[in-house]
Amino acid sequence: MARLAKAAALALAVISLAKPAHAQDTPLISGGAGFFSNTPGGQTSYLPEIQPVLAAPIGKKFLIESRALLSEDFFPNPSVHGYDHAEFIALQYLQLDYLASRHLTVVAGSFLTPFNVFNERLSQIWVNPFQDGPLIESIADFSSGTSLGAQLRGSALSRRKYSLDYAAYFSARSSNQQFNAGRAAGGRLSLYLPEKRLEVGASYTRQLQGVHENFYGAHAWWEPKDTAFRLRSEYARGHHAQGYWVGVDYRSQAFGGLDSWVGRIEPIFRFQQTFRRDNAASDTLPATNTQRADFGLNYNLPHNTRILTSYSRVFSAAGNSNLWETGIVYRFLFPTWKGK
Amino acid sequence: MKPNYLSGGVFLVGLLLVATAAAMQAQARPSPPAPSQTAPPPNTPAKASASHDADNGDLIFAQNCSRCHRAPESVSPRIAGTVLRHMRVRAQLSQTDAEAVLRFLNP
Repeated sequence: MARLAKAAALALAVISLAKPAHAQDTPLISGGAGFFSNTPGGQTSYLPEIQPVLAAPIGKKFLIESRALLSEDFFPNPSVHGYDHAEFIALQYLQLDYLASRHLTVVAGSFLTPFNVFNERLSQIWVNPFQDGPLIESIADFSSGTSLGAQLRGSALSRRKYSLDYAAYFSARSSNQQFNAGRAAGGRLSLYLPEKRLEVGASYTRQLQGVHENFYGAHAWWEPKDTAFRLRSEYARGHHAQGYWVGVDYRSQAFGGLDSWVGRIEPIFRFQQTFRRDNAASDTLPATNTQRADFGLNYNLPHNTRILTSYSRVFSAAGNSNLWETGIVYRFLFPTWKGK
Repeated sequence: MKPNYLSGGVFLVGLLLVATAAAMQAQARPSPPAPSQTAPPPNTPAKASASHDADNGDLIFAQNCSRCHRAPESVSPRIAGTVLRHMRVRAQLSQTDAEAVLRFLNP
């Protein structure tokens, strides 16, 4: 609770510092609240979770952003023939952005590591079509997904037919409970073709502590124009393991648009594989080669609420297993105070 | 059946379902109008739908923002600038593109 109080005090301090340069620049609180259940091997756990985001502009050039995670995990405990629970409160990132020029933003603080794109774009519970992330999600992140240091990022080129964006970062080593990070450097380069709605990119990270290992990543996203079909994929390779995932989701516009009851149905599918290159484990990938297929059916309710359901089948030398997941997520977005 | 064959079959079935859905979608949708006449995307906020873009703000919105998520149903004018500043960093929009989307969201 002390950490929660500190986080709340910090948020209030940030909000009080923020002086909008324009009426449109009121600090906002966004995020998602969800209730999830997952059943691996017949054991069901329940996970209520809230992920608030604070964005507070300061002047015309600065922005403070932060995201926290508060959850309570209720899981079966055979020793007591019932359920036990554990709370988890963490600051997922806290960063200061300086909009230095038309094409450069300087980021300082604790930020989501820009390796591949799932971590930055899909890890939010109100965005991710599945309840959990892909197996390769944290291959290069020391399992935290967060870096502590500085980052340069922006749009290098933006033309009608293509755009090129970049991110380069350096992270210091930190064992602080809230800002845990490893010493590393890396970056990402992405090319986007607006007419094709196709984005391809490559990422690189080098760990600068312990055994200095290189990690490589690649991603391809495609959303055909005028459809609600999306294909997303990522590949990551470390020194001891590699893997990929391909995911698709689709909503029909043919029966009254996306807001009709049919259009709100969202079938999703994801396939992923990981391969261990040797038995030395310096990453968080499974210890044996693993293949996993996720079938899901989401329903997008009005007022930014979504029901998620999925079934996963995991194939592994360590044993095959099933995973059932259900959940409901509400996404909120509001100003911190009423303006004129 | 060995697990790798089974998973390959599952993968193929999934791909087949997706391809079928995409084909149905392609048949159901008429060819899109020219960019200057493009209607705002169906998942844009209500306020945005009413506006007429003078500088392709709707197109930039559809091309960039929808890559990650669908827009909330409404965006308060008081926070439109903050949302855009946040998305400029997150989605790596250029200043020009961010300004166009801001005018589109909050004309």
